[in-house]
Amino acid sequence: MMYTLMIVGMALITVFIKAAIFMLGDRAAFPIWLKEALAFVPVTVLTAIIVPMVLAPHGKGLELTWRNPQLIAAIAAVVVCATTRRQLLTIMVGLAVFFAWQFGVLGK
Amino acid sequence: MPHLSSPAKRFSSFSAGARDSLPMLVGAAPFGVIFGALIAAGPLAAWQGQFMSLSVFAGSSQFIAVGLAAAQTGILVIWMATFIVNLRHMLYAATLLPHVSHLPARWRFLLGFLLTDETFAVMNAYYLKHGHTPQGHWYFLGSGLAMYGNWQLWTLIGLVFGEAFPQLQTLGLDFAMVATFIAIVVPQLFRFPQLAAAISAGACAWFLRDLPYKLGLMAAILAGVAVGLGISHWQALRSAAKKGSKA
Repeated sequence: MMYTLMIVGMALITVFIKAAIFMLGDRAAFPIWLKEALAFVPVTVLTAIIVPMVLAPHGKGLELTWRNPQLIAAIAAVVVCATTRRQLLTIMVGLAVFFAWQFGVLGK
Repeated sequence: MPHLSSPAKRFSSFSAGARDSLPMLVGAAPFGVIFGALIAAGPLAAWQGQFMSLSVFAGSSQFIAVGLAAAQTGILVIWMATFIVNLRHMLYAATLLPHVSHLPARWRFLLGFLLTDETFAVMNAYYLKHGHTPQGHWYFLGSGLAMYGNWQLWTLIGLVFGEAFPQLQTLGLDFAMVATFIAIVVPQLFRFPQLAAAISAGACAWFLRDLPYKLGLMAAILAGVAVGLGISHWQALRSAAKKGSKA
């Protein structure tokens, strides 16, 4: 029930954002600074979400060790993406390294 | 008036819009599958995952909501994150507005709902190439509906996949989300302001990770955006000064 309410709220917020300008037309004014600021939102949100997940996968302290599969696989994914710029390949290599490290190297 | 075109012309515009979105459809597929599988591993029911794809239809905010819900985040924080992450669609709408402002309200609402990063890219290219056309909105509808149907299909496949392999959740499906986000973020880091914004946001998120209500996430977004804006303005000033000294 709570999750259904959450989704309905998300849908209303998103539809409002997407349709407001088309519906209101030129009556919706856009300050230039907001335009510039929005360009930085995706990169900041996604980075802010993944950094704690990678550095502290168990939600406790920093795990900067080779025994942290999230960290090793994330580094591999960053390298692949930076060198090839191919999204699907990045995801596949990242997952492959993650599982290989989890089961092959650490033997969990 | 939008209805001065023959049904045949409308249909060919509609299918051209869908066809020109094909690379985008392929690109969105793995994200849909991973989203569906994440739902199966998280606290939401499968039907709620499909309902989210049907009603919200904004990939990255759906990912974030599932991640936050799994971490028992409050509903208001999730709504706030949805708002911040999806705000960029306003820019897209503002850019495309001149080409849809003549349409009836129901058309404008429908096209607004169907607006995504991918359809924006397709439509922006279309209008730059063709300018104002009588069938443009049919092309827009073709692209939007193709993306919509595609997202529903791959969400469903991900849900089925996640239900079939429940052990996936212990296999660190959350890493699929990390890998997905890395694939989105890294290509943007080749510009210095973006790189600085990401580093600031990441550092801020790390040091404030124990704050309640995901306030650390909100602070990280603010810090990252502020740093990015500051650096891009400083770069602009510097290049203006260089031009001035050459003159």
